[in-house]
Amino acid sequence: MLEKVLMKGNEAIGEAAIAAGCRYYFGYPITPQSELIEYMAKRLPEVGGMFLQAESEVAAINMVYGAAGAGARVMTSSSSPGVSLKQEGISYIAAGELPCVIVNIMRGGPGLGGIQPGQADYFQATKGGGHGDYHCIVIAPNSVQEMADLTALAFNLADRYRNPVMILGDGALGQMMEPVNFDSCKAMLTDKPWATTGMGTRDKPNSINTLQLQPEKLEEVNVHLQAKYALLQTQETRSEAIWTDDAELLVVAYGISSRIALSAVKRARDQGMKVGLFRPITLWPFPKSELADAVKMASAVLVVELSSGQMIEDVNLAIRCSKQVYFQGRTGGMMMKSSDIYDQILQIIAPQGGN
Amino acid sequence: MSNKVFARPRALTDVATHYCPGCQHGIVHRLVAEVIDELDIQRKTIGVVPVGCSVLADQYFNVDCQQAAHGRAPAVATGIKRVHPDKVVFTYQGDGDIAAIGTAEIVHAAARGEKITTIFVNNAIYGMTGGQMAPTTLANQITATTPKGRQEDSAGSPIQLSEMLATLRGAKYIERVSVNSPAQMAKAKAAIKKAFETQLSGAGFAMVEVLATCPTNWGKTPVEATRWLNENMLPQFPLGVYKNANEV
Ligand SMILES: Cc1ncc(C[n+]2csc(CCOP(=O)(O)OP(=O)(O)O)c2C)c(N)n1
Ligand code: SF4
Repeated sequence: MLEKVLMKGNEAIGEAAIAAGCRYYFGYPITPQSELIEYMAKRLPEVGGMFLQAESEVAAINMVYGAAGAGARVMTSSSSPGVSLKQEGISYIAAGELPCVIVNIMRGGPGLGGIQPGQADYFQATKGGGHGDYHCIVIAPNSVQEMADLTALAFNLADRYRNPVMILGDGALGQMMEPVNFDSCKAMLTDKPWATTGMGTRDKPNSINTLQLQPEKLEEVNVHLQAKYALLQTQETRSEAIWTDDAELLVVAYGISSRIALSAVKRARDQGMKVGLFRPITLWPFPKSELADAVKMASAVLVVELSSGQMIEDVNLAIRCSKQVYFQGRTGGMMMKSSDIYDQILQIIAPQGGN
Repeated sequence: MSNKVFARPRALTDVATHYCPGCQHGIVHRLVAEVIDELDIQRKTIGVVPVGCSVLADQYFNVDCQQAAHGRAPAVATGIKRVHPDKVVFTYQGDGDIAAIGTAEIVHAAARGEKITTIFVNNAIYGMTGGQMAPTTLANQITATTPKGRQEDSAGSPIQLSEMLATLRGAKYIERVSVNSPAQMAKAKAAIKKAFETQLSGAGFAMVEVLATCPTNWGKTPVEATRWLNENMLPQFPLGVYKNANEV
């Protein structure tokens, strides 16, 4: 039975996490993700789990470090300013190779910014965010159903690769209600012989320590991490391509922007224009070769983001600046309309279309 | 048959530590390890070591350990303890770690009555980074960042963490000790034992603040350092039990 229930995106993440075996949550309230922390406060005790409201995002992410190191499936969530505070902890978690899921329901920034949706934390999420050479796996859903499915995937990837996974959503996705089911949210549990659970019958203690004072040793750690990241690049990119086969203009957008872009692309197709949509689902690893394939027939690319232009840099790199790349962005919590995107499509296509 | 009267506790590994001569971190490690042995909890104990001179203590304690970011040990310990409520979790922290960068984490762990044990080594200075002012540096004490002595009107006054935490209901056992003499060491060990027993009984948060020497960064010999501690630190940081909710 694929029975669907109507839920907010924030709540769907919570329910999917529980379905995926997450029993520990540490967080600090912030709009527009508060439905998620409230959902976990109510739901986790019902399934024998543990919820804790931390004194800050700094504390929350370090509680996640402790719980993940102790072998648990664990999650934290926040929105932009709070995620900035988590960056120190995320760097330690990446260095310690501790599996966990971190949710960022982005809002407009910088500074305290606003509480309306934004996508301006792309750089922070995909390029490291904290200190050192590391990456989170970054996943960007664009519907409530995907918030559920990709949350379950996030836990499984985190355990498989011993790496933090970030779900990068935004205030619109977090707050919108759509029908969703949790049928595909399954826990694929792995053994964690490295976890600090108390020695028990082990003959040697386990230790999680990210200090490496010998440069040779620290370089080895980095080489090991980079090998994992290279594997992720080849194994775990995800994307969606719609009408890209013959597209002369390729629109590239993720998350909520991809929803707005899709309706503009549909309208253009209805008008006979050869426009396609490419949607990265993993923002890191970025689906470079998939995008390079999708862009082959196109003569131009239009990147749409709720920022001043961040993912556009990865788009340019993936296509090696081989096409003309246009940009449409809004900031501060403002959203572009699908008609704005349609108008820009027209402007780009019309001179080439020769009408 | 000979009887062994002095041996390495099982909860300590058989390696030489990196601590300076006369540093009291080693004594505190030993007392913690003896208590772990006596309570027979080595196989169910998880330690959280700080950023500070004791950052490598996971190599010295023969128990599972996590090393925390600077100041975050109580949050890390909270995460571990919530996952394994039947295990014993302790943090080991210096004064900069616990009373400057990590003040929020320790205060809230205590306020929540987190069932962990904290060993706080107060040497009134930043050891690892080379002798800068700590939150527990005494008024007028000369450090690398208070070359004319700590001026209270601009650099603040020493934080008395034991007194502060004792005001919180979640804190069930708080004692300040020193390890400057065999008698003091015996008292310190008894305090550490009580702090672990407080956790084992499920009562709540417990902390032992250990006043300790840092001869290297105080610019003193080990013997001078113990004298300096007695003369200067004891008046600012009186020894004693600040909270014993087990008795009430
Ligand atoms: C975020 C961060 N800030 C600063 C440091 C540098 N640092 C390392 S140890 C330390 C102070 C340690 O002093 P204390 O906690 O008193 O421990 P001790 O070394 O005296 O035992 C500092 C400031 C760091 N590692 N991380
Ligand atoms: S610097 Fe001070 S605290 Fe650090 S090991 Fe040396 S004496 Fe001990």
